[in-house]
Amino acid sequence: MYPIIALSITGLVTLFLGFIPTKKHLLPATLLFILVAFAVNFLDWNKPGFYFYEMLEVNNMGLLFSAIILLTGALVMALSGGFLDDEHAQPAEYYALVQFSLAGAIMMATYSNLLMLFIGIEILSVALYVLTGSDKRNIRGNEAAIKYFLMGSFATGILLFGIAMFFGASNSFDIYDMAAYINQTNDAPIYLWIGITFMLIGLLFKVSAAPFHFWTPDVYEGAPTIFTTFMSTVVKTAGFAAIYKILDVAFSQVYTFWWVMVVGMTVLSLFIGNITAVYQQSFKRMLAYSSISHAGYLLMAVVGFSKQSDASIAFYSIAYTLATISAFGVLMAVSKDNLVNGRPDERISVLNGLAKKDGFLAFVLAVSMLSLAGIPLTAGFWGKFFVFSDVAHKGYIWLMLVAILMSAVGIYYYFKPIIAAYMKESDGNTIQVRPIYKLILGLTTIGTILFGILPNIVRGIL
Amino acid sequence: MLMLLLLLLPLIGGIALFLLKGISSSLAKNITLGVSLLTFLGGLLVYRQYQATPSLEIKYGWIPSLAINFHLGLDGISLLLVLLTTFLVPLIVLSTFRQTYANASVFYALILLTEVALIGVFTAKDIFLFYFFFEAALVPVYFLAAVWGGKNAASVTFKMFVYTIFGSLFLLVAIIYLYMQGQTANIQELAVTAKALPTTTQGLLFWAFLVAFAIKMPILPFHSWQPAAYSESPTPATMLLSGLLSKMGVYGLIRILLPLAPLGVSTYATFTMAFSIAGLIYGSVLAIQQNNIKRLIAYSSFAHVGLMAAGILTGNLSGLQGALIQMIAHAVNAVGLFFIVKIIYDRTGTRDLAALGGITQKTPALSIYFMVILLGSVALPLTNGFVGEFLLLKGIYDYNAWLGAIAGLTIILGAVYMLRLMQRSMFGESNEVTAKFEDVKGSEVAVLLPITLIVLAMGIFPNFFLQLTEPAAQTILDLIK
Repeated sequence: MYPIIALSITGLVTLFLGFIPTKKHLLPATLLFILVAFAVNFLDWNKPGFYFYEMLEVNNMGLLFSAIILLTGALVMALSGGFLDDEHAQPAEYYALVQFSLAGAIMMATYSNLLMLFIGIEILSVALYVLTGSDKRNIRGNEAAIKYFLMGSFATGILLFGIAMFFGASNSFDIYDMAAYINQTNDAPIYLWIGITFMLIGLLFKVSAAPFHFWTPDVYEGAPTIFTTFMSTVVKTAGFAAIYKILDVAFSQVYTFWWVMVVGMTVLSLFIGNITAVYQQSFKRMLAYSSISHAGYLLMAVVGFSKQSDASIAFYSIAYTLATISAFGVLMAVSKDNLVNGRPDERISVLNGLAKKDGFLAFVLAVSMLSLAGIPLTAGFWGKFFVFSDVAHKGYIWLMLVAILMSAVGIYYYFKPIIAAYMKESDGNTIQVRPIYKLILGLTTIGTILFGILPNIVRGIL
Repeated sequence: MLMLLLLLLPLIGGIALFLLKGISSSLAKNITLGVSLLTFLGGLLVYRQYQATPSLEIKYGWIPSLAINFHLGLDGISLLLVLLTTFLVPLIVLSTFRQTYANASVFYALILLTEVALIGVFTAKDIFLFYFFFEAALVPVYFLAAVWGGKNAASVTFKMFVYTIFGSLFLLVAIIYLYMQGQTANIQELAVTAKALPTTTQGLLFWAFLVAFAIKMPILPFHSWQPAAYSESPTPATMLLSGLLSKMGVYGLIRILLPLAPLGVSTYATFTMAFSIAGLIYGSVLAIQQNNIKRLIAYSSFAHVGLMAAGILTGNLSGLQGALIQMIAHAVNAVGLFFIVKIIYDRTGTRDLAALGGITQKTPALSIYFMVILLGSVALPLTNGFVGEFLLLKGIYDYNAWLGAIAGLTIILGAVYMLRLMQRSMFGESNEVTAKFEDVKGSEVAVLLPITLIVLAMGIFPNFFLQLTEPAAQTILDLIK
């Protein structure tokens, strides 16, 4: 609860800080604000309870998700470099929007009332629609923003429709009341089932699970890379925290109803994400499809629905977030000075010969790709391991087989950047890497390896 | 505790070399050699400790909530393979002493990290730990082979990586399934669980395990990645692949496949053995036709592991013991042979049998080493290959006389391709390519001499090795009875 208040205030403060002519102090201030929110997040640690007329629920799991979201925000924003290179940028507004969207994401992780969930999603999404189109002179960015906005608001509409249906059936927005209602009723009205279905669709759109993924590649590609990174990590973590929470608290009794749907989407996400990623030339598009496939793996944890699933989702989110920040960070560092038609070159070929130009970036890239592919020694391996064993535990060995086949496909495309970096000839350009990049990418890489060797950290905390 | 040191020494050495990126090539070589020799010393100390207390174990909680432990232990089989690994790595490092690799410290760091993973695989008692190391071993070797390899290395090693990871994923499915059934990750306890499973389930487990290990070794029909990968990789990586990484597959058959799918083994062993023996014949025939000497040795490796796989699947003691001895013998011989290929290539610039010849006249020492190692590979009595092949063939013959008879062809075919190699490359008239061939000296002798001595020692005193592994082999066979 505290970080929501903190971020709402600091977001406003950041807007006013924008009046100061020099822009240099904005990034440090933003980082400080996010870290303050991170610190106050833990005031509620081990003190489970409700806030705001029982619209928010804090418990250690929710706080852990909030902590992941906040740290992700801080790491990503540190890579933004203050937008000092770009004279058209409006850093104060960007940073304020980022802080608001983080507040929205935290609501999604800690809600206990569907209205709160809805507000959280809206705060997060509206900020992201703007940030997607923040590079006003880039026509692809504008296209992406409009696409994201249209499809996103449509999905929000569906979600709202689902919530309304459910309200009609249960007479409450509170997820605990909903659970009680489902427990009591023997013959539930049809609109209860419609409500559940529509809510799931609305939520799964946000995490870009297939078949609601069509916006993902275009939006990821069109948005400025820094906000693509933000979107692909924070939204996914918050979205899955929200999905798991509603299924766990409210709908656990009707598992047999929704699992068919979720399993279908899992399989579709795994297939579409992995197979389409193989054909991508653009690194950003490839990561967009890979993000769809990771939504599939995360959905496996939902299908595996047990007491440990939330820990699996948290671990997977951490692994995915660290690797994604590394991958996009390397892309930003490399493509910054390689312009094609005035835009940063974001094809996989821009990574050619990276190992000779900058061994550190190549290493970061390799570790992140190995982690996304799920090779041991990296966090990604354990992430996959936990979700695989969750579904195996439920007895869906066939689903695990599908996922494993798709991981093998994943290895194919995740190795393309590695091969480009280590085995292709470079064009001879040198790369200037800012010290902050070295620091952040070093942290994410060490984190990836650390979680790969000591996977018990997350479960140990809880 | 000492066992942990075996993992930590090369790990720390490897990480240190990674961080010391700028140091000169010769310093990196010396550090690596020092670390790997220390690790070998550690291996010997562990052997002494083992003589006093034959059940060495260490166990820490790794993921306590899932009952997954960092659990290492040594029995005779593990100990033998750990000794093999720690013995061969310094030799592999020494074999590079006359060459300078770009980014040397990273190159050597990767060799040491491979060693860590290998020792981990051979000592893991927890099945997830085994899997962890089993896959982790591939990563450093992949980079060694891909970055420092020949011009086709990128695609060839990529095929190797995807192929082997693909196999390992089946392994992962199988172990997760078993773990769910037994609620334990301890391999020995899982054997009890596995035994109680119905035959069809065990059959499926058998195939899942087999595919993973068969790709790693490799045996027919999963071998298509191997010859190209062996010949495109830089020689140290080839040595690691053929000498040690392929042994992980063989070890997996012994440690995982036999005890964890016993009914699967008894159902499908004959069929699988037929395949691996067919691979043995096929590999030998291809080896006979090769003119590229590195590829020739690669195919001979393929043939040899086929025989080991067949021996293990017999599930009798002589087959198993033979496979264990042959693992050691083949590893030592492969490292020696690939090194000789490298020596020939470095001095003549060719690996083509047709262009070579007449090297013997200039190089008495190299000829002797080559001959001894080659005879070991051909399995002449009093060399290491003989003991292993004899026991293997006996085991296979006891299991099925027909298969035994066909497998026996390996002795003839092996002699054909090996002696052809010797004759075409070393004997005959020297030509302009080989006229200025220098004999081996210095670091080269330091590699070839120990290998030659081991070839002879294992041939003359096989009992040491047999006694070391017998109790452990018997335990595994008791598990599946």
